[in-house]
Amino acid sequence: MKSALLICRKELNSYFASPIAYAVMALFALIFGFGFYTASRDFVRFSLQSQMMGQQQPMNVNEQIVRPLLGFASTIALFLIPMITMRLVAEEKRTGTIELLLTSPVKDSGIILGKWLGAVLLYLCVLGMSMINIALLFAWGKPDLKPVLIAYLGLILQGGCLLAIGTFISTTTKNQIVAGGVTFFVCLLLWLLSWFTAFDSTATAQVVNYLSIVTHFENFGKGVLDLKDVVFYLSMIFFALFLTLRSMESLRWRA
Amino acid sequence: MIKVEGLTKRYARTVAVDNISFEVEKGQIVGFLGPNGAGKTTTMRVLTCFLPPTSGTANVAGFDVQDHPLEVKRRIGYLPETPPLYPEMEVREYLRFAGRLKGISAADISRRVDEVVDRCAVGDVRDRLIGKLSKGYRQRVGLAQAIIHNPDVLILDEPTSGLDPKQIIEIRELLKALAGEHTIILSTHILSEVEHSCERVIIINAGKLVAIDSVANLTNRLRGSEAVAVEVEAADGRPNPTEVQQRLEQVSGVSRVLMKDSKNGRLTFEIESLQGRHIRAEVARTVVNSGWNLSELRAVGISLEDIFLQLTAAERTGASAKDTEPEGAKK
Ligand SMILES: Nc1ncnc2c1ncn2[C@@H]1O[C@H](COP(=O)(O)OP(=O)(O)OP(=O)(O)O)[C@@H](O)[C@H]1O
Ligand SMILES: [Mg+2]
Repeated sequence: MKSALLICRKELNSYFASPIAYAVMALFALIFGFGFYTASRDFVRFSLQSQMMGQQQPMNVNEQIVRPLLGFASTIALFLIPMITMRLVAEEKRTGTIELLLTSPVKDSGIILGKWLGAVLLYLCVLGMSMINIALLFAWGKPDLKPVLIAYLGLILQGGCLLAIGTFISTTTKNQIVAGGVTFFVCLLLWLLSWFTAFDSTATAQVVNYLSIVTHFENFGKGVLDLKDVVFYLSMIFFALFLTLRSMESLRWRA
Repeated sequence: MIKVEGLTKRYARTVAVDNISFEVEKGQIVGFLGPNGAGKTTTMRVLTCFLPPTSGTANVAGFDVQDHPLEVKRRIGYLPETPPLYPEMEVREYLRFAGRLKGISAADISRRVDEVVDRCAVGDVRDRLIGKLSKGYRQRVGLAQAIIHNPDVLILDEPTSGLDPKQIIEIRELLKALAGEHTIILSTHILSEVEHSCERVIIINAGKLVAIDSVANLTNRLRGSEAVAVEVEAADGRPNPTEVQQRLEQVSGVSRVLMKDSKNGRLTFEIESLQGRHIRAEVARTVVNSGWNLSELRAVGISLEDIFLQLTAAERTGASAKDTEPEGAKK
């Protein structure tokens, strides 16, 4: 898959040649930083209070800062992902550069994989912004490392999944604003669904809940690594990329 | 090298290409001509595996475009109508990317990039952002991208559009240099382009093949007759135009006399001869014998433009004749 790496590199270069990469990273850092600030302020206030009241209940950095914070990160990511994927294919269709890709001796699967990988790498950079804050936490408190790592794995898998869906949506239009809008709408819907179905125990709600990409993050957020969730995410990624491939093929027929 | 048989491409509503067949020999330069919307771009897109044909087959270097697209793509360099350029890349960066995509190894890429930069004369802008280049330079970078992997077949969709005359000549020279080892199909609206650089012409109109022949044959085919431009000087309303026209029409061998212009007492006519007749001497004698001043007499070549218009117009009237036939039958 040499072509995938080639295209992945090209995508990363063009992300960083345009303001998109910096905008998404800055936005994430800002919102996450704000979440971090509030969470740690409350934590400090709360622990001071409990000390003054002479309670000996141990405060837990993992439970009270890391877990809600990374859950928060997964929600922010949900809304930044459309900005990452919207241009992927739509822009190439609009400017006609897709003709270069589709008439070069590379497989469609290589092109799609490369584009998705490029988006994933940018997403990793975005997540990387949160590490600055988390590193502070490690310098200052003593959180457990393992649940943090598991939560990050969850963030990456959930992101990979949504990025694959975003890539698919980007192949269906020439207009990147439309692609971004639809992807945003899908993310919003997933997010809302995870809220509604959380309080509902009917069979349909359970199914929707199972299929909802967001709810599978919950275990990761708790620091629980369940193979079922990993398999779910991986198969969703595979499925979405497969759909993208089919969409590329039909794009040729309709072009 | 290229073999197209019964190629048809239908879009949702339009039939863009309608049952076209042609062959191109190795090393030839073929001009692809046709008015706007004729289906040139569509045919090229099928040849480059960008679009699948609705029916019929296209074969490049022995490989079918549908069965072995990768093999075909390896052997084709393609310059689409709008050069496929990434504005955020620098010229050399872009050429490296395109070259690698087309399978040039990391070891060879720098050498190849330098070669095509030289060949397409984009050395001045090699480190500039593509988004900041002028149209002509973009076109050249697009061409550089098409030839970077030294393909057997070059498919160029309007390669000279947006270039200035000097650049057009340069591209023409470049194409001449490339022909021989490469087979080239180029589409264009500029007919002199075809006359200068192509050996064969394929003319299509409204998706149908109208003519396919060598440039020389095509011009000869329609050049059985001769055209002459005559300028007669007139003073004080004498001779008067209708009189001259009538006199010229009486010359033996003349099929048609067209008054082109009458300015500053100069009357210009264009005279066409009947098939195989030479009329220049007779026309000159007539004018002089009538006591008028003959200020100019020259042969007008029938250009590819005329042929093109004649062929595509014939097709059009032919089609409309067919359309009206049932109505005529009813009456
Ligand atoms: N994507 C498309 N969808 C539907 N119809 C199309 C599409 N692309 C081209 N057509 C139609 O197919 C016909 C042939 O178009 P094509 O672009 O091949 O013409 P062309 O010979 O390249 O014209 P030009 O000289 O203007 O470039 C036109 O009638 C055009 O409207
Ligand atoms: Mg065209």
